[in-house]
Amino acid sequence: MDGHAASRVPAGATGIPMDLARIRADFPILSEKVRGKPFTFLDSGASAQKPRQVIGAMVRMMETAYANVHRGAYHMSERATEAYEAARGAVARFLNAGDEREIVFTKSSTEAINLVAHGYGRGVLKQGQAVVISEMEHHANIVPWQMLRDAHGIELRVARITDSGELDMDDLAAKLADGRVGLVAVTHMSNVLGTVTPAERIARLAHEHGAKVLFDGSQAAVHRRVDVQALDADFYVFTGHKLYGPTGIGVLYAKAALLEAMPPFLGGGDMISEVSFERSVWAPIPAKFEAGTPPIVEAIGLHAAIDYVQAIGMAAIEAHERALVDRAMAKLPHIEGVTLLGRAQDRGGVFAFSLDTAHAHDVATLLDRVGIAVRSGRHCAEPLHARFGVESTCRASFGLYTTPEEVDLLADALGQAREFFR
Amino acid sequence: MTDLFGDLRDLYQDVILDHGRKPRNFRRLDDATLTSRGDNPMCGDRMELFLKTAPDGAILDAAFQGRGCAISMASASLMTETVKGKSPGQARRMGDAFRGLAMTGTCPDCGEALADDMERLAPLSGVHEFPSRVKCATLAWHTLNAALDGAKEASSE
Repeated sequence: MDGHAASRVPAGATGIPMDLARIRADFPILSEKVRGKPFTFLDSGASAQKPRQVIGAMVRMMETAYANVHRGAYHMSERATEAYEAARGAVARFLNAGDEREIVFTKSSTEAINLVAHGYGRGVLKQGQAVVISEMEHHANIVPWQMLRDAHGIELRVARITDSGELDMDDLAAKLADGRVGLVAVTHMSNVLGTVTPAERIARLAHEHGAKVLFDGSQAAVHRRVDVQALDADFYVFTGHKLYGPTGIGVLYAKAALLEAMPPFLGGGDMISEVSFERSVWAPIPAKFEAGTPPIVEAIGLHAAIDYVQAIGMAAIEAHERALVDRAMAKLPHIEGVTLLGRAQDRGGVFAFSLDTAHAHDVATLLDRVGIAVRSGRHCAEPLHARFGVESTCRASFGLYTTPEEVDLLADALGQAREFFR
Repeated sequence: MTDLFGDLRDLYQDVILDHGRKPRNFRRLDDATLTSRGDNPMCGDRMELFLKTAPDGAILDAAFQGRGCAISMASASLMTETVKGKSPGQARRMGDAFRGLAMTGTCPDCGEALADDMERLAPLSGVHEFPSRVKCATLAWHTLNAALDGAKEASSE
């Protein structure tokens, strides 16, 4: 797009200025045309695009250092194992975990939450205890707890959100008051509203009432720096593919003592230290939770993605996306017929909107015609849409490569879309 | 003003926009003999279809209520208009032909028997160029089949 070269966005206090033209040149797909138009990708919240650095690292690994990990007594397997474990180290530093053993690789955030629902939910929580989630959770942080409730006699409580789309802390406190809650599992950033939740306060409140806390960081970890020790998170999950890395790899951070106390999720190779037909002895953490051949190449891709965002700086990325959201929030409410869902103060580069004359799918089809990709529907958050009394919305989500001109294009196209359906 | 989306008029023809905005037969049938609900879980399109049938099964009246995109509303509206007076067999054959039309843009099986009715549905044929939208157009017909089968729920997922 014309204008990208001119886009320079001031970074946070510590980062170097983000050179958007150079960043965009790292993402080959961004130079693709869609229906003859530049590809305006505003769906990074569903899955982000990949820079050459990630693609290259994965290819290089397969070309020069690939074998199964933790198995071979030969050089290439050792090389692969070293690269795989180096990725764990990179993730630990990315989250500021105190110990690399606290990082478990999964295939997704979804699997990581299911792992906790199984290992901590069934293994540690007792019948009659409760789990608290919120009204703005992704289905991935709802359904595993419903399954736990139905299979294990755990009560499921839902903390309310306010009309502005923020977690109702008073209601959360009320839900915790009887001391029966064993776990609070909430999003660190809503995938629909963009709301960033006050994770430190949530963790403190949970701990005061004897509950552990899990944060679904699938969105948050992409948009700002996460420090699991500062948050005092017991569990924190995120996924590679939203962080400009590959699909097929997710991360569970959990405090070592919790991982030690939890039974394994999946059984198989690599998660045992001793197997006979009578019994098996679990491997030490984190291997205990990594049964079978892990996503090796994907871990290397995730490592490259972490290196990539850290080279730009999470503070710079956060400032860039905040500027884009501010730009969108300054424009969209002035377009006749456009309604925004939620108006949280603390938010990342995600927002949902609707148009009075057209259904979300019709809007998305129109936007696609000018090359703009947004998500339409309920974004895996049906209860949240029910909470706001809307059938479906469109969602725009920004990445580190999104330009101010793309935000303007969205605003212009929305204004014209309304006319189209009048 | 709307040149930006100019060629989208192939999909959103005036007939579609008109039926989408003002769906016909958009009401409950209190004396319905067959009803079914249709749902696109991922999209948020939902409808309830009401059929009033004669003892021999012929569709005497058809109506619907629901919420959804312009394509799904227009498709349901046009369907209720075209199936009135049809036997269940005729209605099913029209549904099969319509699904083909929505997926391919053409209707080699339409034949003379269906020609007039299918012509009324032809404005929806543009949907075949939008694979993610085909199910919006076919939801009503899935719901019709479910109602004729005596099933309470249909999904076009």
